[in-house]
Amino acid sequence: MEWKFNNKLPIYTQLIEQMRIRIVTGYYPPGSRLSSVRELAAEAGVNPNTMQRAFAELESIGLVHAQRTSGRFITEDNELIAQAKKETANRLLEKFTNEMKALGFEKEEILKLLEEYENE
Amino acid sequence: MNNDYILQCRDLSKSFGGRWALAGINIDIAPGRIVGLLGPNGSGKTTFIKIANGLIVPNMGSIKIAGSEPGPLTKNIVSYLPDVDYLPNYMNVQQLVSMFDDFYKDFNKEKAFGMLKNLDIEPNLMLKTLSKGTKEKVQLILAMSREARLYMLDEPIGGVDPAARDYILNTIINNYSENASVIISTHLISDIEQILDDVIFIRDGRILLCQSVDDIRAKEGKSVDEYFREVFSYVR
Repeated sequence: MEWKFNNKLPIYTQLIEQMRIRIVTGYYPPGSRLSSVRELAAEAGVNPNTMQRAFAELESIGLVHAQRTSGRFITEDNELIAQAKKETANRLLEKFTNEMKALGFEKEEILKLLEEYENE
Repeated sequence: MNNDYILQCRDLSKSFGGRWALAGINIDIAPGRIVGLLGPNGSGKTTFIKIANGLIVPNMGSIKIAGSEPGPLTKNIVSYLPDVDYLPNYMNVQQLVSMFDDFYKDFNKEKAFGMLKNLDIEPNLMLKTLSKGTKEKVQLILAMSREARLYMLDEPIGGVDPAARDYILNTIINNYSENASVIISTHLISDIEQILDDVIFIRDGRILLCQSVDDIRAKEGKSVDEYFREVFSYVR
């Protein structure tokens, strides 16, 4: 999975988002150990302090926990991961439906289009 | 002055023939930060860095690095990359590395040779035969091979190709220790903004803004690069 950044949002919020996606898709499996802040920062090409800030946020929502001596781990709480996945899905849906509504589609039409698209 | 800062300057001013290259600047740099010093040509970036390295003396104001004025003490803890080619033409790369190793207690020879290898620079090459970009790479490798407390890099990536740029930025991230700070002067903002904590905008010898990259992005909804173009577009 590649790290990608846009020019509009703060880098740390983009890091949080991309870390969340890596966690909810199982790219980082539950209970697995994360590389160090510095290694991940180098991999993503970002400032280590910014990566640290993103980690702090992920820790505060529980997706990541730090163990004093052995590093940082992804949560093993599958419910929490499922909930985070749902939140991410909701955000995508919100964006999608808002844009479809802006194009003038009603709910039923959107569902129908979605089904047709899936069958293509 | 506060010793918690690795670099602190107050009302720092320098004039050249009646023109103020620096007109009273105040800067505080905390340990562990990577700071971009950004401004158009002639804004005072290099003058500031030269003062911090004791190459020129300010007309007014003060500057302290880890509590001391620029001098022999601070040269032990500051790794400085000038914006010009200072390489002695009669040496080869290996001899130059040895010279740095003799000069600086905090120089890490293995690190230097490792980076030279990664960038495909043969240690037995004569410095005078190197291209402009390769010379810049060698100078940057030498600067980053010191285990300094403050790195001052004046236009470190101007002449190198984009692939080497990525490697160099990674080198910067990987090689400064947690308590060290890095000051990078450049106008190639989009290439480096992801690795910066804070940026200082400087124009006509004055500080226009000093803020974290993410605060600018959050407030302005645009990258520092775009914001810079906006701020400096109607200058002249």
